[in-house]
Amino acid sequence: MITEGLILSAILFVIGTFGVLIRRNAIIMFLCIELQLNAVNVAFVALSRSVGIDGQIFVFFVMTVAAAEAAVGLAIIISIFRHYETVNVDNFNLLKW
Amino acid sequence: MTLDFSRQLHYFWALLPEIVLCSWAMVVLVAGVSGSHAPGRVPDDNGDPTFDGGASLGWLSLAGVLLVALFNGWLYSVHEVDQTGMIAVDGFRLFANWIFLGAAALTILISFSYVRRQRLQAGEFYALILLATSGMMFMAAARDLMVIFLGLEVMSIAVYALTGFNRRDRKSAEAGLKYFLLGAFSTGFFLYGIALTYGATGSTNIALIGAAVAGGGASDGLLTVGVALLLIGFAFKVSAVPFHMWTPDVYEGAPGPVTAFMSAAVKAAAFVAFMRVFLVGFDGVYEAWYPVMWWLAAITMVAANLIALVQSNVKRMLAYSSIAHAGYLLVALTAANQTAAAGLLFYLLVYTVMNMGAFAVVLSVSHQSEERLQIEDYAGFGWAQPLLGVFLTVFLLSLAGFPGTGGFMGKIFLLQGAADSQLWALSIILVLTTVASYWYYLRVAWFMWMKDAGTPGHHDQVEAPFALRVALFASVAIILYLGVFPSGVLSFAQASVAGLGSVGGSLLGVGP
Repeated sequence: MITEGLILSAILFVIGTFGVLIRRNAIIMFLCIELQLNAVNVAFVALSRSVGIDGQIFVFFVMTVAAAEAAVGLAIIISIFRHYETVNVDNFNLLKW
Repeated sequence: MTLDFSRQLHYFWALLPEIVLCSWAMVVLVAGVSGSHAPGRVPDDNGDPTFDGGASLGWLSLAGVLLVALFNGWLYSVHEVDQTGMIAVDGFRLFANWIFLGAAALTILISFSYVRRQRLQAGEFYALILLATSGMMFMAAARDLMVIFLGLEVMSIAVYALTGFNRRDRKSAEAGLKYFLLGAFSTGFFLYGIALTYGATGSTNIALIGAAVAGGGASDGLLTVGVALLLIGFAFKVSAVPFHMWTPDVYEGAPGPVTAFMSAAVKAAAFVAFMRVFLVGFDGVYEAWYPVMWWLAAITMVAANLIALVQSNVKRMLAYSSIAHAGYLLVALTAANQTAAAGLLFYLLVYTVMNMGAFAVVLSVSHQSEERLQIEDYAGFGWAQPLLGVFLTVFLLSLAGFPGTGGFMGKIFLLQGAADSQLWALSIILVLTTVASYWYYLRVAWFMWMKDAGTPGHHDQVEAPFALRVALFASVAIILYLGVFPSGVLSFAQASVAGLGSVGGSLLGVGP
């Protein structure tokens, strides 16, 4: 079970990573980052089967942090939308990306 | 007082500075929306509520920083029973706390007039700086990967908000988004590294990880991937090449005082946690990560210094300079011995002070806003404002590593650490890139003193308010003092890293 869990988490993590690298919409990129964090959650739960209950508790920490990050991140996306009327990162070129 | 972490209450005493700082940030936040600091009733031209300068909030935050410094000093009289608690009470943490608190105090001092000119919400601005500082202190205090992660996020989320703080400025919003996306992206890697390390060693406690790794009780595959992912996560945070692409954009777009804060304190916090994790936790697999770190340091030093040579925007030039300094500090991590660890702490202290000082003058030249940042704008500045000109020259010379300044002594100690681990090639790269860096630092000084200002009165509106001048005098004094009498602080740093635990230096002459 642990191996399957880790493989699932690795697949999810890779999907998230490629999503961030390929997609240009800031909100989709942010969703892919959330996918990465949840992939880590899957890994923590899978590993806690052999290592101990700590792993499942860490999941709550990660979820809390992800929620806090979402609050600030969406606020930043709204603030940039007010300036550019778009959330496509290719249009943000005042600073050389 | 002796702390025994089997009693939960003792974590309260161990975390007293952090707790006081967080509470003080809340006080500042509430004070910022109540009483005379409440947003004005009459909106300004853009329909935003008006804010007064909030200098009193700045002094209030500064008082908080001083109070926390007192508690930090008190922790020196506290001892822990064993070295495996989640929170470390050791010299390494306390020395790092001095750096963070000093950086926070300098940031607050230099942002008074910026906050007024840019009409920022003072209460939220200072509260976020205090919260970010508390996150840094958690990172330095953590002896558990999960606590490092939490501290990292407390710091990062506050700094994301600070980066995009100037809502009226497009550049600030853009920098905020870029920093947020790449920062959160790197957090994913960091966290995955924690998960795999946890799976490989059965613990997230750095001391226990160190024991498991050294004793061969860790499963190899998971551990290798875990270490690699943690390395990527940290490399993003310290902006090592090739994970640096966010740094110049974010540093250029962020509000000036925030850039100063980020380039000094955030980097210092990331390095302190980096050092603890890799020296204590992964010391047993030093041969595995040492070549990667070697190349990271070498590429960072060379690439950042080369790109900095062609920058015409001073803020962007200082951004590349901060990447280059990350490269110098990575040399200390590669050396991974006690001398290098003490050198790293010393260099972080010097770097924080001189970088903050340089940014303070840059803020003055740019009229406390985001204009006049090109190098041509410095023409004739030295003769128009001799005091500020001399100060900036001192900071630039120190950043370049000129003898007689703290920056020079810092580089000497880094080289000493590298020599102890016989990293000769890396030492040579450090020296050569330092020589190359003279060009772009001294170019600014050359514009200041050797060029005529195109139009008379070009620098008339440059002002250095009282608080900023306090920060400048303090920075110059510290830099010159450390440049001439470094031994006191160095031996303090050496005493601080004692017990950090490292055998990396014993693997002499291992080449990548």
